[in-house]
Amino acid sequence: MQYLDFEKPIFELEKKISELKEFADGEKLEISSEIKILTAKLERLQREIYKKMNRWQRVKIARHPARPYTLDYIEALATDFIELHGDRGYGDDKAIVVGLATLEGRRVLFVGQQKGRDVKQRQFRNFGMCHPEGYRKALRGFQLADRFKLPIVILIDTPGAYPGIEAEERGQAEAIARNLREMCRIRVPIVVVVIGEGASGGALGIGLGDKIFMLENSWYSVISPEGCAAILWKENPQEKYETAADALRVTAQDAMGLGIVDKIIPEPLGGAHRDPGKVMDLVRKYILGALEELERIEPAELLAKRLAKYRKIGVFEIEKEN
Amino acid sequence: MELFKKNQNSQPDQRKKELPDGLWTKCNNCGEIIYIKELEKNFWVCHKCDFHFRILSSDYIGLILDEGKLDEYDGNLISADPLEFKDSKRYPDRVKGAIKNTGLKEAIVCGCGTIDTKPVSFAVMNFGFVGGSMGSVVGEKVARSIERSLEKRIPLIIISASGGARMQEGILSLMQMAKTSSLLALLYDQKIPYISVLTNPTTAGVMASYASLGDIIIAEPQALLGFAGQRVIKQTIGQDLPKGFQSSEFFLEHGFIDFICHRRDLKKQISSLLNYLKVQD
Ligand SMILES: [Zn+2]
Repeated sequence: MQYLDFEKPIFELEKKISELKEFADGEKLEISSEIKILTAKLERLQREIYKKMNRWQRVKIARHPARPYTLDYIEALATDFIELHGDRGYGDDKAIVVGLATLEGRRVLFVGQQKGRDVKQRQFRNFGMCHPEGYRKALRGFQLADRFKLPIVILIDTPGAYPGIEAEERGQAEAIARNLREMCRIRVPIVVVVIGEGASGGALGIGLGDKIFMLENSWYSVISPEGCAAILWKENPQEKYETAADALRVTAQDAMGLGIVDKIIPEPLGGAHRDPGKVMDLVRKYILGALEELERIEPAELLAKRLAKYRKIGVFEIEKEN
Repeated sequence: MELFKKNQNSQPDQRKKELPDGLWTKCNNCGEIIYIKELEKNFWVCHKCDFHFRILSSDYIGLILDEGKLDEYDGNLISADPLEFKDSKRYPDRVKGAIKNTGLKEAIVCGCGTIDTKPVSFAVMNFGFVGGSMGSVVGEKVARSIERSLEKRIPLIIISASGGARMQEGILSLMQMAKTSSLLALLYDQKIPYISVLTNPTTAGVMASYASLGDIIIAEPQALLGFAGQRVIKQTIGQDLPKGFQSSEFFLEHGFIDFICHRRDLKKQISSLLNYLKVQD
């Protein structure tokens, strides 16, 4: 299993315990008591390290290569998944998945960015970075769901909209802007869960909704810590990622504090990949709870509430007249 | 109650700070030496190559609105520091510096005026104020400009100049994209025209929200437009960018703006468009 730099002591201890266990395997008592001591030490160490994670460490967890991705959630949460492809204009963006599925008896539309697990898949999915046709495929899905009264579940996990020549040629800005406007005209409930990375306009481009949840170790901000560091600390950006993550306040806890997020979905100690089953159960529970609440609201009121939710975001001062 | 005051002459002239001192200046594009008086007469456009010098919100107000008059609203909104953001400077100090340097309170000036007697809700950005970036104040002022259009049932004109969302306000800046765009959904449904004018530069978070959502989108020549920054694109693809990439002309060619307009013709063209696009009952 891959581990992050700050997790090293945990993994070393875990390795030692599993070696001892193998060696012990019905053997002497002293060994099993040592295992007990080490296991207690491990639990302490995990609590110490994971409970005190700083923002940059959480970003690393959000990007952990073993972290569950959109299709993992769809597979675990839903049945009868029918994937829909293409934007009907240019092509099919593999960085985004759109499909119909049944969630505990409820028929819904799933939309989410998809990252790849190995080198080949990563390239195939373009690292979860959408082109304009991806945002347009998503919009096609939203409008389909609107017409056939299917609630929408959106899973966000992207390091950003793709910065490339073709993406600009095909109107990356227009595609995102249009989604932001049109998502406020979709007359069915929209539940958004940030499951990993929520990088800027690339995330927000499918991120407007009635309920916004974030997994405990996901991040969401206007720019990535690396992007921010490259702009603000030109000489030594690599040394400033931690500072940038702190300055930007990128975590779920920060977003909650700023009133952007409705709820934080807890993760197991060490991150979602440590116990995916548990995370899936919780995500299902949160989504179903939200849908139940939202389905009782009339479409016109739903839209008015969605608009009001975004209308009030912002912190500023009113200068007194002299 | 909205603050209601005449904007005319309320901004100190910034050109002296932006342009080198003296009577002559050099075109940034073709290198032509131009007499400043001539440049001013030509709407701050190079007579040789048509390069559009960056001008101020007050200049656009003078250029487009009747008698150069804007009844300014919301001029008393100023930035807070919700993240307590600090890089080489504290964010409040950065804002204070911008206020001092530009004589403006924020990166956008909003209000109402008329264009050939047709009333409009009018907003114009200032790149000189923290890169024309959109934080909570810009988002709020754009939102209120849209609401004035809705309330008075008058067209909306926004002249953009922005490097994108304001990093120093983090996710709050990002959400201003959603705030402004969602209100534009109402304007769209109400069939109230919105003309978006893109000037150099209009990029990132502003381009990916209200600037791209005009019923009509006009750009000044040779402006830098786009979503992603050129440094980031170059780094990602590992090759040089083609000439003219992300220019107004590039955007016209790829179908994302309606036309390119010389600054001298902006008022005439907007006015003509408003004769066709009338607020519908
Ligand atoms: Zn020139």
